[in-house]
Amino acid sequence: MATKDMFGEGELWEVFIQKETGAPHEHAGSIHAADSELALQNARDVFARRGEVVSLWVVPANCITASSPDDSGPFFDPADDKIYRHPQFYHVPKAVKGM
Amino acid sequence: MNTSDETTLLERFKSRISAGEKIEPKDWMPERYRKQLIRMISQHAHSEVVGMLPEGNWITRAPSLRRKISLLAKVQDEAGHGMYLYSAAETLGVDRRELIEQLLSGQAKYSHIFNYPTLNWADIGVIGWFVDGAAIVNQTMLAKCSYGPYSRANLRICKEENFHKRQGYEIVATMAAGTTEQREMVQDAVNRWWWPSLMMFGPSDNESPNSAELLRWKVKLHSNDELRQRFVDLTVPQAQAVNITLPDSELRYDKKTQHWNFGKINWEEFWNVVKGNGPCNRERMAARQKADNDGAWVREAAVAYTMKQRMNR
Ligand SMILES: [Fe+2]
Ligand SMILES: [Fe+2]
Repeated sequence: MATKDMFGEGELWEVFIQKETGAPHEHAGSIHAADSELALQNARDVFARRGEVVSLWVVPANCITASSPDDSGPFFDPADDKIYRHPQFYHVPKAVKGM
Repeated sequence: MNTSDETTLLERFKSRISAGEKIEPKDWMPERYRKQLIRMISQHAHSEVVGMLPEGNWITRAPSLRRKISLLAKVQDEAGHGMYLYSAAETLGVDRRELIEQLLSGQAKYSHIFNYPTLNWADIGVIGWFVDGAAIVNQTMLAKCSYGPYSRANLRICKEENFHKRQGYEIVATMAAGTTEQREMVQDAVNRWWWPSLMMFGPSDNESPNSAELLRWKVKLHSNDELRQRFVDLTVPQAQAVNITLPDSELRYDKKTQHWNFGKINWEEFWNVVKGNGPCNRERMAARQKADNDGAWVREAAVAYTMKQRMNR
């Protein structure tokens, strides 16, 4: 049976906006739409009403895999004890400039 | 999960809140925090959407093209605000359709202010000045709240609200400097909207059942009374600047506290409107239900089209 609920509001899409060329695309929020074309149009109407956006990405929300905050400690740990990846780790004679 | 795990998680949650950290969708949070946020964010979203109705009423009768494009853009922004907020609510694991159904069935609330009628053009000016003005005070606080997606949605909203308030105040200032008839019209609208606008911040904190909990979790950072006072202090000089009288004989500046004291709010009227007996409650609900029904075929067609495209691929 085709009920109104079955169609709902369409699929959930995450929206990423770029505010000027050269800037990264940033997550702005989400919208609902039946397909990618409508998703782009809805995203434009919701997140780009004032011309402050030069590019839009829409991604089906279920295509995004995110790290989990529960294991964010252990997951990002490997980077913690690698101080030799930072320039401060290396000693340079004081008199040397431009290092 | 056993209770000792739960206690540890709760402790960590509390200390994150007091350190001013933002809580993000996948983080652990107490069930009450989630429930309160869903209730609050969806009420806020519904208010933006229903709030389009009183103003939409005047788009076709705006007195000039300049006024018309402004009002059209403002009402469109309010639809956008509703969308930002539904989007924020959905990060808490509810479906947008579910929230909309709650509005349409009358189970969910929206701001009581939108159950008052817009009788003439002056009302549009006063709504922008008072109602959006009050909303700005509230949303500026919410932009700093502890839940990341709600905070970000409010930040986005705040950036757009200033235009709403200014276009309203411009209408008020123009009419206040106009003919006697225009002056009377705008004063009359002020008289009708002032007290309901003060009620927008909700009942006094000692009578607001949710306040303490929301403050503790930094969902709210100021009490209802503090926000109301801030709104009064901001608005009185703006009224004086255009020779508008606010309808409160007890309005007095207190030099010691540096605040404007104001008279008693009629909370009976507020509760009566909240319970569904305001001048326009039925009309607003009927309009939302009609819009949902009238739009159903468009949503159905869009989904049917997508299905067909997928099959052809
Ligand atoms: Fe708004
Ligand atoms: Fe607004």
